[in-house]
This record gives sequence, C-alpha cells and structure tokens, in this order.
Amino acid sequence: MAEILVCREGEMEEGDVRIVASGHREAGVFFQDGAYYAYRNLCPHQGGPACEGMIVPKVLAVIAEDQTAHGHTYDESQMHFVCPWHGYEYDMKTGVCAGDSSLRLQSCAISQRDGQVYVTL
Amino acid sequence: MDNAVPHFRDPHKTEFETAQLLRNATQQAELRNYKDFLIVDVDSHHYETEHLGEILKYVDDPTIRQLASGKMSVGRSGLMPGQLGFQDMGGRITRYTKRKTERTPPTPHRDVSLAKYWMDAIGVDIACLFPTAMLHLGMHPDVSMEVQLARGYNRWMTERVLADQPRLCSMLYLPLNAPDDAVKIIEEFGDKKGVTGFMVTSTRYRPIFDNANMKVFRALEERGLPLSFHAGYNWNDQSLAQLNRFISVHALGFTFFNMIHMTNWIINGLPERFPKLKVLWIESGLAWIPFMMQRLDNEYMMRTSEAPLLKRKPSDYMRDMFYSSQPMEMVNNRAMLEETFKMINAETQLVYSSDYPHWDMDLPSTIYDLPFLSEQAKRNILGENARKLFNLEPVFSETKLAARLKG
Ligand code: FES
Repeated sequence: MAEILVCREGEMEEGDVRIVASGHREAGVFFQDGAYYAYRNLCPHQGGPACEGMIVPKVLAVIAEDQTAHGHTYDESQMHFVCPWHGYEYDMKTGVCAGDSSLRLQSCAISQRDGQVYVTL
Repeated sequence: MDNAVPHFRDPHKTEFETAQLLRNATQQAELRNYKDFLIVDVDSHHYETEHLGEILKYVDDPTIRQLASGKMSVGRSGLMPGQLGFQDMGGRITRYTKRKTERTPPTPHRDVSLAKYWMDAIGVDIACLFPTAMLHLGMHPDVSMEVQLARGYNRWMTERVLADQPRLCSMLYLPLNAPDDAVKIIEEFGDKKGVTGFMVTSTRYRPIFDNANMKVFRALEERGLPLSFHAGYNWNDQSLAQLNRFISVHALGFTFFNMIHMTNWIINGLPERFPKLKVLWIESGLAWIPFMMQRLDNEYMMRTSEAPLLKRKPSDYMRDMFYSSQPMEMVNNRAMLEETFKMINAETQLVYSSDYPHWDMDLPSTIYDLPFLSEQAKRNILGENARKLFNLEPVFSETKLAARLKG
C-alpha cells in the first residue's frame, strides 16, 4: 500500500476527477459536494477503468399516484460515474453498482493533512 | 511534502487513445500469457460510413454514385436504411464519439490502423472485420441498391483494407435479396485474399428457404466457404415496435431474426440439402441456443411430418453449427453457462468474438477466465476453432512476438 498525493486542498473543483497510480494500480479520486471519494480504477465487470467515464445523475422513472408512467428524470442529488467500456454505473458516494447493489468498486482511503489530499492505494 | 507535485491524469481532458482506454485489457493479456497462443476474433467492426466517399468510387452504377455524392453520411443521405438507436448511451460509452479524434498514420488505411490498435491492446492476432451501418442494408426496399452497395463495399474492402493485411479478414457482404447477384459476388470475391466466407445480415424479410437461394448455398458449399448470419435489430419491425426502450429492442432484436432464420434453416432441411456447408451464427449471444434446441426438439417429436427432410432432431443439427461468443450472457449464471457450453459442443463449435468497438464488446478474458474450461478448450474457443473454420494461416501480432522474445 502506498500513499499517493492527489492534490492540494481547494485545487479540485466540483465534479473533477483525477486518476493517480502506484505501479499498475490506479485509483480514481472524485470531488463532489465538497468531499473526496476514491475507488480502485478497476471495474468488476470485465476490468475496465471504471472511474474514467461520464459523470451523470441517477435516472429516475416518473410514476404518478395512479401508477401511470410519465417518462424519466434525473436525481441530481445522486451522482453516478459510468465505466466507459460497457456502461456499468456506480454511485459516486458509495461505489455501489446501480444495476446490482452486491457489486461495488473497492474504495480507497482518503487522508487530508497540511493542506494536501492523499489516497491510499 | 508541501512542495510535492501531484502526478495525475484527468480522464476528461486527455487525448483519446485506444491503447490507453484498453490498458487494463493489455494487462489481462500479459497476466494470462496470451502470447503463447493464437486469438482469432470472428466478429469485430469498423465504421465503413466514415469512408463512404472512398467506397462510392467502387460502386458500378454511376447514377448511385451521383445520387450519393452530395452527402457523405449514410444516415442523412438516405443511401442506406437508418435505424433509431442509442448505441453510445448518450456518451456513456466514450469510444463512440472520441474515436474520431484518434490519430493514425497516413498509411496503412485508417481502418487498418484503428483495428490494430485495439487488437494489440486486447491480445487479438487475427480479426474478422464487419461493417456497421450496412448491417441494416438488407431492409433496403430497392434490392438493386443492396447489390450495388454490397459489391462496391466488397471491392473496397478487398482492395483497400484486406490486401496486404494478413491479420485482417472478413466474411464479405452477401446481398441475399438478389440470389443471382449473390452468386456472382461469391464467384468474384470468393478467392480474394482475406475473404473467409460470406455474411448475410439477419435483419431482412425474404425467407431463407426460398428456392431461389439454393444456388447461393450450393456456390458456397462447393467452394468450402462458410456462411454466417450477423444479427441486428429493426425497431420498425411490427413486433419489436411495441418495445419502447433501446435496451428492450436490442436484447430481443439481436436474437429475434437469427431465431427465425435458424428455425427456417432447420425445419426446411437445409442442413440435409447442404451437408458440407458450414454455418456460423454471429452476435446473438448464447442463451438463445439452448432455448431453440429445446423448443424445436419438443415440437419436432410431435410434428415430425412437418419436417420430413430431417433425419435427426433439430438440436443435433444445431450442434454441428458454429456460434460466435459475444455478447456472452454472464451475470450470475455460471451453472447455466456451463450447461450451455455442453449443449453446443463449445470445445469445437464456439468461436470467440469481441464485437469491438461496439458497446457490448467482450474481451478474451470472458472465455479465458471460465473455470469449467480446460486450457485446451479455452485455446480452441479463442482461436483454434476459428482457424480451422476459416482455414486461416496463423499469424501472430508483433506485440506477442516481441513479448515471446523477452521470455
Ligand atoms: S468493464 Fe466496466 S462496464 Fe464492463
């Protein structure tokens, strides 16, 4: 395990992502809603770089009281990132896969000290 | 520590490179020693419409060349039937839009360079390339247009893409809606370099048992050239038009047409009429095969008189056919998958396919990591079965040869 410098505090902006490496091991570090989240950049599906894809809000179905369907919308409070190989989606704050909650990315510890942000990889 | 400079990559600001996108696949290839054996990918794609200007020069009919000359994009030009769809999931599959920015050298042809980028990255030695938009051409209401574009594409493929590229091959487009022209195409291109057989796009509506097709199947059988059916979808099909989401039409559509052709092929006794013709079913995954075997066998036993040409059960004929592996259904179904492999004699009849660069591509590790396969079975499925089916000269990638030298 190595501690890798990610950024200085305040350097990453809302929605930013950085990929850092230690040898062949990589982590994706996200900055969202004022907090850092980090996961191994390795998708449990076929091994894709899960943290490198599009960032989109979770999609919700709009269902009325009477169970009629009225299309889809975004839940902006729940951001997902998408593995670019085939589209598996992951919750940014938990690393849990949107299609199967028993599947999750390996999370990496974040530490902040002396104005710097580190990830353990 | 205060002065340390972070080393990082911002994936949203990095120039697109296939080798970079697929570096984890390269690692898989190294860890699994793919350098030690041949990997043949029987179904991968290029975007022929990006070169429509070049292809049109190979079309015989000058009026079609003129009609299409104003607009180079098939989707908008009305040259080929388009399809509704969201293959790239609104940008979620990044290679769809970003690949256009990837740099390639002036030679060889851009499609050769692009193919080799991903082939080298994932460990594929030889790839069978198919078109993308043309998979819908079998629905063109003007049959002569299918013939003209098929011939133009085939000429372009054999002269510009396959020539001098021993690592690339193709089963060329067969315009089955015009059987006489299809025979001419087999005669013209059947022995060209890199041609490993002919491909029928499955989304079409003229039944394959039509007597007019028999000369086509005979021409292929005589030459020992395999026939493949490449799956596709048609959202305008009356049944599939009931589906409101792309996920639905893709999941069903890519098996639907092959199920229809397979049923017609077997029940009309085509395996008995063309016993030496090798048939390959492409891009329908595997789950449909046990389903079809069970359905057809069960009905055949009760209604034998309706399929009088059959000397064996439908599933016996199906076990003699070949199947490409992708998109292999593998979500929490290990036992079912193992049974499926047994039912289709996967060790000899299954051939690996990636479908790269399309969104549901499969890496060689989808086969290599299956715990119920022996090392030899893995190597058969990943390369040997296709080498035999296509009678291929084994050619290894430069990457693998270099890795072997390193030991
Ligand atoms: S490898 Fe991540 S979605 Fe397939």
